[in-house]
Amino acid sequence: MLKFIGKRLLMLIPVLIGITLVVQLLLEVTPGDPAKLMLGMNATPERVAALREELGLNDPFLVRYGRYIWNLCHGDLGNSFMTGRPVFSEMIQRFPYTLVLVCISLFLSVVFGIPLGVFASTHQHTWKDNLAMFAALFCVSMPAFWFALMLIQRFAVKWRLLPLSGIASWKGWVLPCVALALGFTATITRQTRSNMLEVIRQDYITTARAKGVSEVTIKYRHALKNAVTPVIMVVGGMFGMMLGGALISETIFSIPGLGQYTMQALNSRDYPVIQSSVLVLSLLFAIVILLVDIIFALIDPRIRSQYISKRQKEARTDQKKEDQEKGAAHSEGR
Amino acid sequence: MSEELLEIKDLRIEYHTDESVIHAVNGIDLSVKKGQTLGLVGETGAGKTTIAKSILRILPGLQAKILSGEIRFEGKDLLSVSEREMRKIRGNKIAMIFQDPMTALNPIETIGFQISETLKIHNKLTKKEARKKACEMLELVGIPSYRYDEYPHQFSGGMKQRVVIAIGLACNPELLLADEPTTALDVTIQAQVLEMMAELKEKLDTSVILITHDLGVVANFCDSVAVAYAGEIVERGTVEQIFDHVAHPYTEGLFASLPRLDRRERRLKPIKGLMPDPAALPEGCSFCDRCPYAEERCFKTKPADVELEPGHIVKCFRVAGGE
Ligand SMILES: Nc1ncnc2c1ncn2[C@@H]1O[C@H](COP(=O)(O)OP(=O)(O)OP(=O)(O)O)[C@@H](O)[C@H]1O
Ligand code: SF4
Ligand SMILES: [Mg+2]
Repeated sequence: MLKFIGKRLLMLIPVLIGITLVVQLLLEVTPGDPAKLMLGMNATPERVAALREELGLNDPFLVRYGRYIWNLCHGDLGNSFMTGRPVFSEMIQRFPYTLVLVCISLFLSVVFGIPLGVFASTHQHTWKDNLAMFAALFCVSMPAFWFALMLIQRFAVKWRLLPLSGIASWKGWVLPCVALALGFTATITRQTRSNMLEVIRQDYITTARAKGVSEVTIKYRHALKNAVTPVIMVVGGMFGMMLGGALISETIFSIPGLGQYTMQALNSRDYPVIQSSVLVLSLLFAIVILLVDIIFALIDPRIRSQYISKRQKEARTDQKKEDQEKGAAHSEGR
Repeated sequence: MSEELLEIKDLRIEYHTDESVIHAVNGIDLSVKKGQTLGLVGETGAGKTTIAKSILRILPGLQAKILSGEIRFEGKDLLSVSEREMRKIRGNKIAMIFQDPMTALNPIETIGFQISETLKIHNKLTKKEARKKACEMLELVGIPSYRYDEYPHQFSGGMKQRVVIAIGLACNPELLLADEPTTALDVTIQAQVLEMMAELKEKLDTSVILITHDLGVVANFCDSVAVAYAGEIVERGTVEQIFDHVAHPYTEGLFASLPRLDRRERRLKPIKGLMPDPAALPEGCSFCDRCPYAEERCFKTKPADVELEPGHIVKCFRVAGGE
């Protein structure tokens, strides 16, 4: 298992390098000049040219990319064009906000999505299921920013229950998290429901029933455990989408997280910041996917057995042989 | 007779699907005596599994409808007892072995858990005691007990079937419903598993309903036989009665389609034609389309049960004689 994790982490390196290259290329072809944006509309062409030179924007593509990678290898993410401050320290400051936002939203989606999915599946063909599925379809279809605006309109503007934006107190977190979580909750609900319906039809569920297992145990132990594994996969993939959603949610609710930082950087073509944000977000995503795979293996023995290294397997068969011999000796003794 | 352990009377079951109503079981009568083995034979789709599942009341609730009938077990009608009472019977007094061992086990639980689960439900056992008993059951079906903590995917098909049998026998049931316990296995293993089941049955004094395609198996392991066709029992009786005095044309066809009677391995080769669509059964005798002796009345009216000898019951006009 450890070996597997190590291998996966090593495999990340080329992936991340590839990502930096793609981002650099994309920035290359995106219109907009950071120097011009920094200096404003009425800057003279000479000043712009001077700033471009200063920022190293006039060097050929490969030189710039090489320099970036070189610095990256030394742990230097560069300085922001706009503020001149090191990108790394800014990110460290902003990172917790995004993490909190995404984690709470994810937590909410799982905590509500899975039971709702089970509920819907066990009430199939009733109005309860239909209602839940209609609501889920609606939530899946609407974009997160729409929810954000709707929630603000109701809870903040009309009823004045929660702050409009900012996170001065815990109350500030409620709307952004809910807005981000709604769509994902719906996805999890739908996924859980369809998996449950699939699993419930399996022979081993009938076997459990034939053993006299109660319906509750069948639902929550036998069926849900089997149905939830693919859902975990979805949750992993969702984490990536949530990071994307955080970009918008943070901007709408003015949360000083990574998403907002990236958004600002995008608008001002702040290349070092964009580069590093994408890099950090992809790294985060990759780690989450790895975690998901590990959880997957913990739940599903079929997958776990693929990860067990050869050495462990040999050790286990040896153990068995010993047991067998012991057993044989034991029965001979009798 | 008082020694009947299980008695089914006039059981009718339908499956409702989006397109049609499938008449899977159409008024069957069956009985199993204490300590005996009943062989339930018939080609695929005859309704054998449906009958077995209805005894445990584990038919898929949404599609299956039990229209009428009575399933008497130890004096109680299983179709009218409460769900709670039924749960106490399932796996405890009546257990079932399923047709396909590949899918009958939960893939993400250890086989040990799956055996001890039924033990824990029906007996007041501590975890340790349940584990010990489950290990005994494993050994009993010929699987070393150190494999308790392994998962189904680590077992071969034959071993999985043994595990399924161990689950079935764990609580020492009065009645075991064995639904084609060997069809999914290869020939050598089939014989092994059947021998083992017969042995265990002797040891634990269990009555068995053995569902099979294989008349050879019936001859070797059963006391009585019921032949199912299109949701009806067309002939039933003791093994001697059926094997020596075949009465129903369908059963006759079954025997005729066997390659040789002295060979162990015989599979049912269908008689000319197909079983009628259970969604559109013929008005008269369900076998009339394929029966070489079919007469006019066979197409119009359903034949009633005729008792040729005590216990030997046939559903056919031909044996009834007359007209
Ligand atoms: N869940 C279901 N929904 C609809 N129809 C069903 C369902 N289960 C079984 N049937 C139908 O009921 C009839 C009897 O099926 P059953 O499984 O009892 O046959 P069987 O005798 O066990 O066959 P086999 O030897 O192939 O196992 C078949 O026509 C089958 O198509
Ligand atoms: S009733 Fe008629 S059709 Fe049916 S089995 Fe007997 S002879 Fe054949
Ligand atoms: Mg069947």
